[in-house]
Amino acid sequence: MRTRLRSLLVCAAIACAAVGTLRPAEVRASESLAGVIDANQPRMVKIYGAGGPRGLEPYQSGFLFSDTGHILTVWSYVLDTDHVTATLSDGRRFEAKLLGADPRLELAVLKIEAEELPHFDLATAVPADRGTRVLAFSNLFGVAAGEEPASVQHGIVAVKTRLDARRGVFESPYRGEVYVLDAMTNNPGAAGGALTNQHGELLGMLGKELRSAQNNIWLNYALPIDELRNSVEQIMQGKFRPSEEPPDILPEEAIDLAQTGLVLVPDVLERTPPYVDLVRDGTPAARAGVQPDDLIVFVGENLVHSCQGFRDELAHLERGTSFRIVLMRGQELVDVEIVFDGEEAQP
Amino acid sequence: MMQQVPKPLIAAVVWWPLVAYGQVDPAVLEAERARIEVVERCSRSTVAVFSQDGQGGGSGVVISRDGYALSNFHVTHSTGNWMKCGMNDGKLYDAVIVGLDPTGDVALIKLLGRDDFPAAEMGDSDLVRVGDWCFTVGNPFLLATDFQPTVAYGVISGVHRYQYPAGTILEYADCLQADAAINPGNSGGPMFDAEGRLIGINGRGSFEKRGRVNVGVGYAISINQIKNFLGHLKSGRIADHATLGAVVRSDERGRVIVDDILEESDAYRRGLRYGDEVIAFGGRSINTVNAFKNVLGIFPRGWRVPISFLHDTQRIDTFVRLRGVHAQIELEEMIDGDKPPGHEPPQGDEEKPENEKPQIPDALKRLLGKKPEMPDIVKEHYTAKPGYVNYYFNQHERGRVWRALVARGSYAGTGATWVIRGTTGMAEDFRLTFSDAEAAIRLPEGELRTELTGGLSNHAEPPGSGGMLVALSLWRRMLVEGPEKFGEVYYLGTEPLPGRDGLFDVLAAAYDDVECHFLFDPADGSLAALSLFLQEDVDPCELTFTEYREVEGRMLPGRIRVRHGDYFERIFVCEEYDLHGEDDGREEG
Repeated sequence: MRTRLRSLLVCAAIACAAVGTLRPAEVRASESLAGVIDANQPRMVKIYGAGGPRGLEPYQSGFLFSDTGHILTVWSYVLDTDHVTATLSDGRRFEAKLLGADPRLELAVLKIEAEELPHFDLATAVPADRGTRVLAFSNLFGVAAGEEPASVQHGIVAVKTRLDARRGVFESPYRGEVYVLDAMTNNPGAAGGALTNQHGELLGMLGKELRSAQNNIWLNYALPIDELRNSVEQIMQGKFRPSEEPPDILPEEAIDLAQTGLVLVPDVLERTPPYVDLVRDGTPAARAGVQPDDLIVFVGENLVHSCQGFRDELAHLERGTSFRIVLMRGQELVDVEIVFDGEEAQP
Repeated sequence: MMQQVPKPLIAAVVWWPLVAYGQVDPAVLEAERARIEVVERCSRSTVAVFSQDGQGGGSGVVISRDGYALSNFHVTHSTGNWMKCGMNDGKLYDAVIVGLDPTGDVALIKLLGRDDFPAAEMGDSDLVRVGDWCFTVGNPFLLATDFQPTVAYGVISGVHRYQYPAGTILEYADCLQADAAINPGNSGGPMFDAEGRLIGINGRGSFEKRGRVNVGVGYAISINQIKNFLGHLKSGRIADHATLGAVVRSDERGRVIVDDILEESDAYRRGLRYGDEVIAFGGRSINTVNAFKNVLGIFPRGWRVPISFLHDTQRIDTFVRLRGVHAQIELEEMIDGDKPPGHEPPQGDEEKPENEKPQIPDALKRLLGKKPEMPDIVKEHYTAKPGYVNYYFNQHERGRVWRALVARGSYAGTGATWVIRGTTGMAEDFRLTFSDAEAAIRLPEGELRTELTGGLSNHAEPPGSGGMLVALSLWRRMLVEGPEKFGEVYYLGTEPLPGRDGLFDVLAAAYDDVECHFLFDPADGSLAALSLFLQEDVDPCELTFTEYREVEGRMLPGRIRVRHGDYFERIFVCEEYDLHGEDDGREEG
């Protein structure tokens, strides 16, 4: 009996879906599409930061998700600078502070000092399914400047699937669900843009450009808000913060870089990325499996931007304590623990 | 445990969607039918453009029943001065170049051989909103070997976009951005709104590392910009774009501020100075530098457009005449160059592999023929002349304007001296006497007479008028002699006349050492205004003619207003015309 009831419900659902796709309201959607778009445009943000050379555009997209200036965007080289600028749809420009980032999900949260801002609500973001008609808002190719509105594209969700099913084909550290789109949304500068349905309800965030190593086909996709919400909440609660503010108390005896066995690349820039140059044999780093060319991304839950940043992190750790680091190896994120034996901990 | 699903339920699962389909809202079916009808209609006016030698091509769209069609400059640059155009009736038509706007990447061509071509309905691109449905029709990758165009649907992604000149000169100002597919070969083809009205000419995409194919970001030149240039394009000349003669920047408060200004510019003469804030320009409010550039990009050189600015705390609302961007020689070099400028995508200038360019299929190459010779019908519509794209069309337009004027009554056969009597706006009696050789104005306080010798540019009389007496003399000369005998007269295009609606046909005339613009009202063919330029970069003397009435079978103005700059203005209410004075009228009165 229960089975029969369930079947009936399935029938009803299918019938509704069939009717639903042919609702005149949807066909005549263009009448209201402009209105839906106008309502969402004030929530979009143009983000400017590091980059410049061809292929490394110094801009990306983002959107507000609180009335006090929280911006969701992708974690990328664009944010790898002390001066990130966020331009709102009314043309106002703000210095944006990196509140935190989660490189596993390739997301970052920025904060600007402003209030009463129009914004999306992550809590009320809705899921989408195959066939959902979508709108993509972004500043692709940096077309818009100042108060000029973001570009809007339309398409449908072709499929919702796990990106790691494409592991080795598309290189991305992200392993969660994505909406694959039939529209060419993921252009330079589009990453961090908002994906909504036709009613303007938030569905996801446009991901970074991804190209198949096998056939050079570019993937157009967005990350569902459901996949991002936890991480965003953790950042809001103070996790995954960049290590820019030193804690008040430093240990008397801290870990020295040499003790780990790690040798970083020469620190020649203001913000030299903390790449591992070489790993000395028989050291904690060697035992942990750290390899040359690994990029250090996290120490514990603290985001590390530079060689100096890494040394600062170590300075906060009591000599001899074990600590976890997250490494970027190619496009893989690798989690390792640096453990000292008694002798190594001695000065 | 296997669960059995009752058969009726399976049937229901299968059938319900079908039943649902059978109950499709009539509005849906109506929308579908309407869309099909629109696509069919728009496909009829879309043109597949091919070069005679099969070396290139693109798209176009017919905009008038007599065969005028729009395309891109970078398309016709590769096809040459005549081309073959395929339409979806399956026929291939000869077409000839008419006029070019190289900066705006627009070409006007004319299809020949019919006077009932299916023309696209013109839209209003300023009404287009982001999110509106649109579609592109054209010949991507030159696929249309049977001349059936490709149709791609999309939404408008952005309006009033500004795209910096790519490589050299092609500037896409105030353009439409859409996610409908725009690929190589779509260039020059139409973008329509959902109702099938022409809103733009496709010409560009944001191409980068993904090869020269659509990446969901295409740009169309707005049709309203092209409407502004259409008269110039029909003139068989090379149209130039405009500059204000001032550079602007945005300040920290988001205001658009004049950063530099040319003292020779009309804007300077109208009072615009360094540091002034531009509030509105060309009928739009100006909040960003891009908005300012968008406005500049849509107007041809020489147009007078409204501007509002703050000078200190004083708001000034006036009209400025825009300067040209390029010298004539630069424009001629643009169209003579071997390589079409700006053929590269806007971002990036790397060399593209040959096989990524649109290729003409071999079968069509044979059809098109390998050794092109200008067909007779093209020869009839093409006249080469230095400085012109196709002088045939300049003569054609000049003739059209003149015939419309003399249809109201010919001025030929009137006397060598014209005399007008009446009262001025100050209620004083006046008499104006003018011939080729001399001109005079008599007012109650006395008479000013000047012999028009020694270079007309030296005769700015009466003082402050900018050459009113010369202007009257040339007015008579043009009406009596006609454009062929007047001097060097060509059809310039169309431009607005402040205070009047619509666009006016302009004949530009050089005589002696001065230049005159005669503005004709296309509604009735009458001469609406005359601007006399004694020199470059000075305000003209402007005569406007209104309240026409019939005098001895000819139409003559009942009122002439003379203006020069911001301060000289005289009204002449013309009560009596004597067009047969053989003498100079000296002994009269």
